[in-house]
Amino acid sequence: MKTFKIGGVHPEAQKLSNEISVETFPLPKQATIFVTQSLGAPAVPVVAKGDKVKVGQLLAKAEAFICANVHSPFSGTVNKIEPVADFTGYKKPAIIIDVEGDEWDESIDTSEEIVSEIKLSRKEIIDRMKACGIVGLGGACFPTHVKYMLPEGKSADYILVNAAECEPYITTDYRMMLEQTEQCLVGIEALLIASGAPKALIGIENNKPEAIRHLQEATKTHPKIEVVPLKTKYPQGAEKQLIQALTGRTVPNGRLPIDAGCIVNNIATTHAVYEAVQKNKPLIETYTTVTGKHLANRKNYKIRLGTPLKEVLDAVGIPENTGKIISGGPMMGKAMANTNTFFVKGMSSILFLDASESKRIPESNCLRCGKCIQACPMGLEPYLFRMLAVHNRLDDLEAHGIMNCIECGCCQSGCPAHIPLLDTVKTGKSKTGAMIKSRQVKKS
Amino acid sequence: MSENLLQVSGAPHVHNGESTKRIMWSVVIALLPAFMVSVFYFGLPVILITAVSVASCILFEYLIQKFILKTKPTIDDGSAVITGLLLAFNVPSNLNLLLVVLGAFVAIGIAKMAFGGLGNNLFNPALVARVFLLISFPVQMTTWPKATPIWNFGFADIVTGPTPLGILKEGVKNGDAVSQLMGSEAMPDYLQMLVGQMGGSFGEISAVAILIGAIFLLFRKVITWHIPVAFLLSAFVFSGIFWLVDPTHYATPWFHLLTGGMMLGACFMATDMVTSPMSARGMLVFGCGCGILTIIIRLFGAYPEGVSFSILIMNAFVPLINKGFKPQPYSKI
Repeated sequence: MKTFKIGGVHPEAQKLSNEISVETFPLPKQATIFVTQSLGAPAVPVVAKGDKVKVGQLLAKAEAFICANVHSPFSGTVNKIEPVADFTGYKKPAIIIDVEGDEWDESIDTSEEIVSEIKLSRKEIIDRMKACGIVGLGGACFPTHVKYMLPEGKSADYILVNAAECEPYITTDYRMMLEQTEQCLVGIEALLIASGAPKALIGIENNKPEAIRHLQEATKTHPKIEVVPLKTKYPQGAEKQLIQALTGRTVPNGRLPIDAGCIVNNIATTHAVYEAVQKNKPLIETYTTVTGKHLANRKNYKIRLGTPLKEVLDAVGIPENTGKIISGGPMMGKAMANTNTFFVKGMSSILFLDASESKRIPESNCLRCGKCIQACPMGLEPYLFRMLAVHNRLDDLEAHGIMNCIECGCCQSGCPAHIPLLDTVKTGKSKTGAMIKSRQVKKS
Repeated sequence: MSENLLQVSGAPHVHNGESTKRIMWSVVIALLPAFMVSVFYFGLPVILITAVSVASCILFEYLIQKFILKTKPTIDDGSAVITGLLLAFNVPSNLNLLLVVLGAFVAIGIAKMAFGGLGNNLFNPALVARVFLLISFPVQMTTWPKATPIWNFGFADIVTGPTPLGILKEGVKNGDAVSQLMGSEAMPDYLQMLVGQMGGSFGEISAVAILIGAIFLLFRKVITWHIPVAFLLSAFVFSGIFWLVDPTHYATPWFHLLTGGMMLGACFMATDMVTSPMSARGMLVFGCGCGILTIIIRLFGAYPEGVSFSILIMNAFVPLINKGFKPQPYSKI
C-alpha cells in the first residue's frame, strides 16, 4: 500500500467522534468576523457601522494577490468595526454584527438539491472561487484560487485531494466524505476543469475503510476521479508527503506542488468549491470537531464563521481538569491563549486536553539516539537544528536545510529526552528566513 | 474553571511516551539472558562482580553529580546501570573486585561525567574502562576461568584456560595449522560457542543469549538493525576473504563471529546511541568500520581480540561520520 517514503510517526488515532453525524450549530445573537481569514494580507472592509447585511454579502474585499474575500455569515446590522483578540490573544480588525433573522442573499442557491452538471468555464470557476473567498481548509487557509492561476509554462497532471485526515482526533473530513460525498466529487470535477488536469486522486488512509469503500462506490460515476487507499502514517496530509504517496513524485526544495505537476486540495475545500461553483455560496461556515478524551459530549458541528467560541464551549461543557484547549489537531494545532474569541475559516477542531496531558515533561540530555532523524519526513536533522538554533548560527541552519522543515512535529513527539525540538526549530527557521529575505533585498 | 489557567505551548501537544528511562531499562532487560548464561557457566562470582560493578557505577555517578558538578543526580535514568552491567560483562569472572571498582570509576568518572554526562561522552564508557584495565592489568584481565556448568560449580573458579581466540593467536604464531587448532582439546566446538560454553569475559560468551537480547531491543525500537548487521556482515566477509585465500592460517568467518566479544560488541556496545552515528547511512559506515578493524586486529595485531579497540576507534570517527553521512533528504529520493 502506498505512503510517503521517509520518516513519519504513528500517533494514536483517537478518532473518538467518528460515528457522530454533523450537526448545525444554532445562530448566535452577535457575531464577530475577522477580516483576516486566510494566509496573506488582511481583506479591506467594504461595510460601515449601521449597514444592513444579508447572509453571503461581501464584508471585506481581498485587495492583495494572496488574500481572500470575507462574507457575512449572518443577516443583521453592522454594530462596529474594531480590533478583537483572536485565540492567540492578539487583536486583529474584525466586523461585529448584530444578528437579525437569517436572510440570505438572493444570488445564493439555498436549496438542498445536488447540482451535478458544471456549466462554468475554467476561468469562471477560478473567478468564482476567488469571489466566494475559498481558502484551503486543511489548516493553512491559503487562498484556493491562487493555486489555480498556473505560472507560465506549467501544467497540472493531477489534482490531489487530501482526505488522509492524518491528525489525531479530527473527524470532520471523515464525516464530510460519508455525508457530502457527491458534493465533494462535483467539487473535484470543478477543480479538474479549473486546472486542466486529466485526473484526480483522493488519498484516504486505510484506518478509514468505510470512507474508502463509500468513495470507491461513488466514484464509479466519476471516471476521472480515483480513490487511493494509503498506509496510515503521519504526516500523510502534508502537501509534499501526499504528493509522494499518491504519485511517487518529489517536489524540489523551495518549489511548489505545481513544479511536480500537482495541485493539492483538502477534501473539505472541495466541498466549499462545490458550494461556490454550483450554488454561488461563499465560504461562511466551518466544519469543526469538538472532541477530547474526557469530553462526554463530542460533536461534529457545522458552525457559521464569527460564532463566539464560548457558545460552543458552553454547549458541550468544558470537561473538568481541562489543561489545554487546542485549535486544530494535537500534532500541529495551536494551544488557545484566549477562549473569548470567534470561529474563523479553517478552524477544523476544538480539542480539550486533560491537565495531565497538557504539561510538558522536563527535558533531559540529548541521547543522540537519532529518533528525530528517523521520524523526520523531510530527511532533516532536528537535533542539529536545535544545537545550531540555540547558538544562533543562522548560516549553518540554512546550509543544513532548515527552510525545508514543514513543522509537522514528528521529531518532538517521539523524543525520549522530551526536548522541545520544534520550538527551537521554528525560532531558528523564522530567523533564518528573515536573514535570507534581508540578503535578497540587499542584492536587489 | 478559570480561563487563565489554560496551558499554552507550541505544537506538538502529544508524545508517544518514549523516554530515556524506558530505553535504558529496555537495554537492562535485554542483557538479562546473557547474564543468566554467565551465571550458569561461571557461577556466583558473576553475580558478585556484576553487583559491585553496577553499584559502584551508580555510586560514582551520584557522588560526582551531587558534589562535584552540583547538579540534580539522574541515576534513576538507568544509564549508569547499563555501564555497570556492560563493564562487568567485559571482564573475566575471577577479577579482583577492587579492579572492578577502579574500572567503574574510569567508566563513569573519566569516560562519562568528565565529558558532560549522559549524551555528551565521545567514547563508550564501559569500553574505555575495559581497555584501561586490560592495558594496566594485563595478567588479571586475561586469566580466564573455564566455563563449567553450574552443577560442577566448585571447580569453576579454580580451573583456568585460554579463550578460543587466544588458542588461535598463540597457535598460528607457533606455526600450527588452523585445522589442527580447531581439533585441539581446549577448543570448544561450534555448538558450545553458540550457547556459550567457552572461556572469555563472562558476558560475551553466549551468542544465542545475546541475540535474544538484541532481538528484544530491535522489537522495542531501541536499536536499529544497521550497526549490528553492518558490524557482523563486514567482519564475516572480511575474515572470509582471508579464509578462502589461506585456510591453513586463517580461521573460518563463523569462528570469528562466535568468539570473543563480537556478538556483545555488535549488539550492545557499538549500538550505544550516544557514541554511534545519527543517520542510517552513518550507522552502516560505523558498523563496517568496527567489523573490519576488529578482524584486522585479530589477524594482524598483538592482541587476540580487537572488538573493544575497534569500537573505541570508530567512536572517535563519529563526529566526522555525522558530518559526512547525512540522512537521505526528501528532495533526493
